[in-house]
Amino acid sequence: MSYEIFLQHLSNGIALGSLYALIAIGYTMVYGILRLINFAHGDIFMIATYVMFYGVTMFFMPWGVAVVVAILLTGALGILVERLAYRPLRNSPRISVMISAIGASYLIENLSIVIFGGRPKAFPIPEFFNHVSHIGSISIPRANFFIPVITVVALIVLLYIVNKTKTGMAMRAVSKDYEAARLMGINVDNIISITFGMGSMLAAVGGVMWGIKYPNLIPLLGLMPGLKAFIAAVIGGIGNIKGAVLGGFLLGMSEIMIIAFLPSLTGYRDAFAFILLIAILLFKPDGLLGKNVTEKV
Amino acid sequence: MLNKNNLIKIGLIVVTGIVLAILNATLGRYSLRILNLAGIYIILGLSLNLINGFTGLFSLGHAGFMAVGAYASALLTMSPAQKSVNFFVKPIVPILANVEIGFLPAIIIGGFVAAIVGAILAAPILRLKDDYLAIATLGFGEIIRVIFTNTQSLTNGALGLKGLPSYTNTGYTWTIAILTIIFMFSLRRSSYGKAFMAIREDEIAAESMGIDLFKHKLLAFTIGSFFAGVGGALLAHLMGTIDPLMFRFLMTFNILLIVVLGEIGSISGTIVSAIIVTISMEWLRFLDGPIDLGFMVIHSVPGMRMVLFSLLLMIVILYYQHGLMGQDEITLEFLKSKLNKFKKKEA
Amino acid sequence: MKKLSLLLVAVLVLSLMLTACSAPAEEEAKVIKFGVFEPLTGANAAGGAMEIEGIEIAHELYPEVLGLPIEVVTVDNKSDKVEAANAATKLVDKDKVNGIIGSWGSSFSMAAGPIVKDAEVPALGTSCTNPLVTLGNDYYFRVTFIDSFQGVVMANYAFNELGATKVAIVQEISNDYSVGLVKFFTDEFKRLTGDDDSIVYVASYNTGDQDFTAQLTNIKTLNPDAIFAPGNYSESAMLIKQAKELDLNVPFLGADTWETPEFIDIGGDAVNGTVFSTFFDSKVPLTPESEIFLKAYRDKYGKEPASVTALAYDGYILMRNAIERAGSADPNAIRDALAETQGFDGAAGVISLDANGDAVKNAVIKTINNGEFEYLTTIAPN
Repeated sequence: MSYEIFLQHLSNGIALGSLYALIAIGYTMVYGILRLINFAHGDIFMIATYVMFYGVTMFFMPWGVAVVVAILLTGALGILVERLAYRPLRNSPRISVMISAIGASYLIENLSIVIFGGRPKAFPIPEFFNHVSHIGSISIPRANFFIPVITVVALIVLLYIVNKTKTGMAMRAVSKDYEAARLMGINVDNIISITFGMGSMLAAVGGVMWGIKYPNLIPLLGLMPGLKAFIAAVIGGIGNIKGAVLGGFLLGMSEIMIIAFLPSLTGYRDAFAFILLIAILLFKPDGLLGKNVTEKV
Repeated sequence: MLNKNNLIKIGLIVVTGIVLAILNATLGRYSLRILNLAGIYIILGLSLNLINGFTGLFSLGHAGFMAVGAYASALLTMSPAQKSVNFFVKPIVPILANVEIGFLPAIIIGGFVAAIVGAILAAPILRLKDDYLAIATLGFGEIIRVIFTNTQSLTNGALGLKGLPSYTNTGYTWTIAILTIIFMFSLRRSSYGKAFMAIREDEIAAESMGIDLFKHKLLAFTIGSFFAGVGGALLAHLMGTIDPLMFRFLMTFNILLIVVLGEIGSISGTIVSAIIVTISMEWLRFLDGPIDLGFMVIHSVPGMRMVLFSLLLMIVILYYQHGLMGQDEITLEFLKSKLNKFKKKEA
Repeated sequence: MKKLSLLLVAVLVLSLMLTACSAPAEEEAKVIKFGVFEPLTGANAAGGAMEIEGIEIAHELYPEVLGLPIEVVTVDNKSDKVEAANAATKLVDKDKVNGIIGSWGSSFSMAAGPIVKDAEVPALGTSCTNPLVTLGNDYYFRVTFIDSFQGVVMANYAFNELGATKVAIVQEISNDYSVGLVKFFTDEFKRLTGDDDSIVYVASYNTGDQDFTAQLTNIKTLNPDAIFAPGNYSESAMLIKQAKELDLNVPFLGADTWETPEFIDIGGDAVNGTVFSTFFDSKVPLTPESEIFLKAYRDKYGKEPASVTALAYDGYILMRNAIERAGSADPNAIRDALAETQGFDGAAGVISLDANGDAVKNAVIKTINNGEFEYLTTIAPN
């Protein structure tokens, strides 16, 4: 493999990896506070892309306005899902909550099929992003420059909120211990809602970037990115925001690099992420940046 | 052991057999097909119930183990001529090219292959908890599907297998379903079953009682995979054709739906909900078409059926956490007590 | 064993009750029933919807045969194999149809295969192109050519028209259609070039994948003359778009699935210049029947029909024609008449069925120019 081709793969890997990272941040936030795989995260992400589509094509919103609307509506949807599907089960066995999460995910998918129809739609891409830059023989679409930047900005903003604000402190308290947090006067339900809202808004940002890069909208669009984001979060140490970014990045990069170095394995690509996940769970179950937590009785 | 109670049970099984025989002789192809599917879904539901319900291991890879059973049995029952027709992209691996065996051994081998694959895959990950286990098993399902799609000379890849002999009939499905039911009841009463449920309730307590967690979890997973393989084999020979796409996560979801609706852990609940879900999936076909209410016609909304099923799952898990059947098994005693209550009310 | 007792009875009463609900309907000899089974929901709903349009047009134009009205019974196969088998069984058993038309998607047709064979009801496939659909099944026919012909046509186009000697392939490995086409294309292209290394790389992806940059970057290093990439139209559109972003400016070749407006919507400018084979072009009517179909379609929908719509239309009129020729609506008589079909004028070309029950007919080659489908040429079978 020539040096230039390697750089091309590297640039593809950075773009895909930072996109996974962006979605994984939202996933890991929700997991950190609720200890729950939010199966619906990928579907919330999918809804954001459809809001953009209808905002631009049906309501003729300027693109920027549509982005804001998509982020707000998606945040609201996240809060709604938490209210309806997760809150009633706060004291139930884990298995019930997980089934509820799967049910919520399926409900959103099937409703989307009924409402949006099964035929794919083309995500509206502003002219600005249709540009491709050439550096030597490497081609980089403009979106590939923006995605890593947005991921880093999202990371910094989130770290600031979690570590420096009162709400962030409350979030950390809730993720440690519900009861203790409640006794300290924290409104646990509110904090969980805020976390879900923020996680979903991040999903929306991820959705918009995903749409620009992969403008093919179908109701099942969120399925794979959702699972991959979860895997990324596990690789980095679930609940750890920096870990999610690292995990997303590693996952995207390795998906590209495995094909780059073993070109005959392309057909197995979808299995890589799961194999990686199982390997991480076996050898470093707390993830690369996770803390060791011993099992309590 | 031929006391009165046992005689009644044997009598009931005989009656069941006779009723099934009558159904088999009188029903049309379509209804028979549904009857067969219901039997298969009972086997599948019970096998997932063993893993998820008895032992509390949240597994989402069931469709993958079904696929293993389906393919293993199909490759054994198909005639060499059919195989050469099917494998036109790449020839089949020579070992399998000329094999042709009967249905019953093929089902059993299918079950065992699924059990072995299940055991090998599960062994390293059984120490994982809850959602990690769920995602890892979901990964298994996907990995198996991806492998089957790529191994052109073994599974014929995406082209699938066609021309499987249609061996599956009411006799096979329901005999196996009833055997599965009996097996599950006796398993639950055995010391193994008690150990499974102890693990579900509290792993640490179970371990300190001297229960070998790994051994029991592995056993539950292996038995569950065996029955998933058997169910897959029956389904394959009912369909006459299989391909990897049949065994997507949607298939696992359908079985999970059956288990949840019938209350996780309940055997009779799973049986009844397997029958209800299978029949209503067909019965609710009208929902996808235009609905004529007499005074107005609702335009057809394809996909309504699946919306309804996912809503049902949500409602059950949120409001009826013990499933539609409640926690009670349907037993002689249970029915008697209901009957007594009813009589008292009458009085 | 203790709890087994009444449980079984409960189960049986239930199954008896519920299966009784679906007892066979009464025989009606006053109408002739065409069963139509198509994916109306699920992943392939779009394809099913286009075919239903064609059948509706045909039914409006030709509502009768042998002096009896034709009734069309449509069932949904939900883009799922198990459901497809159930749906087909319902048609032959409960609705007692005289013949079946469908389906979009070979794997659903294959699921119906053993059922129609067993029930001895003839089935006429519309756009299912996998050779296995009709092989070894005397009751399955189709109005379309099969993948082997399409693969050969595109290999010839690549070799003769493009002068390609090195081709890279991107296949949708989880899609039987794509895998089959790739096989026939590969065989023919190697035969034409006489060079076993003329296929320089075979990359794969799974249905639903969105990122193809790694596969495409690998292809770029090999400098092929063309890329053959049959598959689902939305994935293919993304693939071609990403290829253009990577400066991989070689012609993309595909097959009939690409002929949907969404392919152009999603692919944008990138799909201009792609070439694919398909069944039919509305601007080049092939038979007198084409004119009748096109006029009726344009009047009703005010747009141009897709190829598969014309094929579904052909499915209906050929089934009706077979009944006329048989002079009877008996399924076995229809089957025999179908098997003898020679030189039948369909909307999408002249249909002659070969020994396997596959249509031998022309293929059309199209390209995309400025976001519009454009007719290039017609290729006859040899």
